Amino acid sequence: MSMKVSTRQVDGVTIVDCSGRITLGEGSVVLKDTIRELLSKGQKKILLNLGDVSYIDSSGIGELVSAFTTVRNQGGELKLLNLTKKVHDLLQITKLYTVFDVKDDEAAAVKSF
Amino acid sequence: MTNNRVSYTLDSTLETVDSAERTATRIATEAGFDDEEVMRIAMAVREAAVNAVLHGNAYDPGKKVSLAFERVGEDLVITIRDQGKGMDLNKIPDPLAPENLLKTSGRGIFLIRSFMDEVQIHPSQAGTEIKLIKHVHGAPGGGKEASQ
Repeated sequence: MSMKVSTRQVDGVTIVDCSGRITLGEGSVVLKDTIRELLSKGQKKILLNLGDVSYIDSSGIGELVSAFTTVRNQGGELKLLNLTKKVHDLLQITKLYTVFDVKDDEAAAVKSF
Repeated sequence: MTNNRVSYTLDSTLETVDSAERTATRIATEAGFDDEEVMRIAMAVREAAVNAVLHGNAYDPGKKVSLAFERVGEDLVITIRDQGKGMDLNKIPDPLAPENLLKTSGRGIFLIRSFMDEVQIHPSQAGTEIKLIKHVHGAPGGGKEASQ
């Protein structure tokens, strides 16, 4: 199953609902294109909802890092929401859990921007 | 103890990466690993296949990736070989080093080592062979797992 995204706005924050797999190839490209498009529209408060992401590989992790630094370099903020156990464990192993701002409650996450 | 070996010769494509992962999932499941271990084995195989296709063979349609699964005693041994220039082991970065944490690549070998019990990398001018070994849980004499 490839990756799908949809975006919605809540109190000035763009929530990107992701589902499927963020892996080398299509999944990573979809994420990259989505972030680029949001930044081009000036939407720099981005909450990536990964609740329905079933799988992520090292390329997908790299794309998350790329999204994080790209948004930050443009003066914005990117946070993660609703990590599955698999993704949570991967971010722990790679020591990225402390790099990302990870949330598990959408309303609180939106307020935190 | 029986030694069963199954091998595949695959093209240097992204489909090979997905196929290797699916095959690893099936074989690890059949070998009796639990869901968590199956996921780890499959991810290690996927990452090794990515390295073979992308970095080893560089998508060259004239080069193949070979993938083999073998039950050796109480171990599942998986071998992935490419036909590239051979990986330079000295150039594998430590992705946990502070200066590398925000790099967008360089985590594949690290994840493979994290998920498997033993990893052997043999680069040569004819390509790189990587051997991934997982001890079957609960296997008699599987005392090496005590190191986990």
